[in-house]
Amino acid sequence: MNQSIKDDTTDYILEVSNLTVNLQNQIILDNISFKLKRGTTLAIVGPNGAGKTVLFRALLNLLPYRGKIEWSKGVKIGYVPQRVSIGDIPISVQEFLSFKESSNMAGCLGAQDCLSLVGLDSGQLSNKELRVLSGGQLQRVLIAWAIADRPDVLLFDEPTAGVDLDSEEAIYEMLNRLEKENQITVLLISHDIHVVRDYSEYMLALNRSVIYFGGSEKIADPSLLEKIYGSGTVMKTRKERG
Amino acid sequence: MTEVSIFSLVTGICVGLSAGYLGSLMVLKKMALVGDALSHVALPGLALSILLGFNPFLGAFAFLFGSAVIIWRIERVTKLSIETIVGALFTLALAAGILMIPEPELLEALFGNITNVSLTDTAIALVVSAIAIFFTKTIYSKIVLGMISEELAKSTGLDVDRTNLLYLLLVSLAVAIGIRIVGTLLVGFLVVVPAATAKNVSSNLFRYSILSSILGSISSASGVLLSSFLGLPSGPLIVLSGISIFLIAVLARWLRIQLP
Repeated sequence: MNQSIKDDTTDYILEVSNLTVNLQNQIILDNISFKLKRGTTLAIVGPNGAGKTVLFRALLNLLPYRGKIEWSKGVKIGYVPQRVSIGDIPISVQEFLSFKESSNMAGCLGAQDCLSLVGLDSGQLSNKELRVLSGGQLQRVLIAWAIADRPDVLLFDEPTAGVDLDSEEAIYEMLNRLEKENQITVLLISHDIHVVRDYSEYMLALNRSVIYFGGSEKIADPSLLEKIYGSGTVMKTRKERG
Repeated sequence: MTEVSIFSLVTGICVGLSAGYLGSLMVLKKMALVGDALSHVALPGLALSILLGFNPFLGAFAFLFGSAVIIWRIERVTKLSIETIVGALFTLALAAGILMIPEPELLEALFGNITNVSLTDTAIALVVSAIAIFFTKTIYSKIVLGMISEELAKSTGLDVDRTNLLYLLLVSLAVAIGIRIVGTLLVGFLVVVPAATAKNVSSNLFRYSILSSILGSISSASGVLLSSFLGLPSGPLIVLSGISIFLIAVLARWLRIQLP
């Protein structure tokens, strides 16, 4: 199933072919193939356990896989994981962002610059502890972390889970802006029809294998939704779900 | 002040500094009890050094690091929790150690002794603490990042497993020198309590780690001094001074919350 978005002369930033991931003798991803054009946004949808996060982990080379994952040469990837556990670690926002600077010195943005890029006031927040931030603020700090070394690609695993609706809206607006201003390619996992339709050009529907890959407008197609989530499914936006 | 008390004071300060600094990570990793139990593994090493007549630091360190590697390996292979593995290893080591150590030396091995700290012991403590603190500083942020999110850490190219192994090696070093003055049963205190006190009153990592080291050295220095004045074993006195500081910090925090 080797589907491409455009013809072969297009500038692809990522080409995945026949990707299979086997964990503890279970096939989690089965023969996944797709290509992604530079500067676009791809939403990855699918039911729980469909292998979305595992796909991200394979793309980041964090687990063993078969098949081929080819990023274009010299590509820099930023990653915002689904969950972080701050627990009761007494760490300030500035200290957290400085970890990125020390791990990747060249061309790295300072804490102040990345915070203002994600719409946070660095004067107010730099010295605050991560553990006292709101869900929305923490998510933005994680995005600030991800963009600190000016990546070409951003991977977001449910970037607004646990964030209130207003912050969610603001985070997607900000992502959109970052993508346009900096020509960043974005891959995001989402459960929200509104996010898929309004903020992504392409969609990859996954349930162990690829169910659909193409334009994101197809998310509104009931027969496709049924194929992805099973019969009787009506995919709603978060606002509609209340 | 005699030469011996100066040696034991310097050793105490070094031990407190390094154990406090390394302990600050141990407490964040929720491995406080692991640190405590791990220290008991040193007992058979001490027994061998007494029986065969070599420096106890070497025996203690060899056993500590050996067990740390076994724990690290088993955890990776079996995914058992560290607590379970350490629990099993520690009781075995304690039992074997108690049977092996000649009775006159047993109390000293368990609770520490500062009356015969030599220049060599002090030099070892100085050098080993410096090494442990230096290398811990270089991996501190990596370990914290790995705690916040292993995926995030790995995505920056960090080898989380190797960093953890290096950390366990450094903990073994710090605990091995600590045993001299605090004893195997109580050395876990130096890893846990100063960090717990510091965490109560710190709002960032830098302050937390520095405060933990300073509190570690204050506890052990005051314990050593009390021990030489009162003629009692140093280990329990170090623990008592550290716990007093901990209680004062808790009380101060409580008062700050209560008072308008």
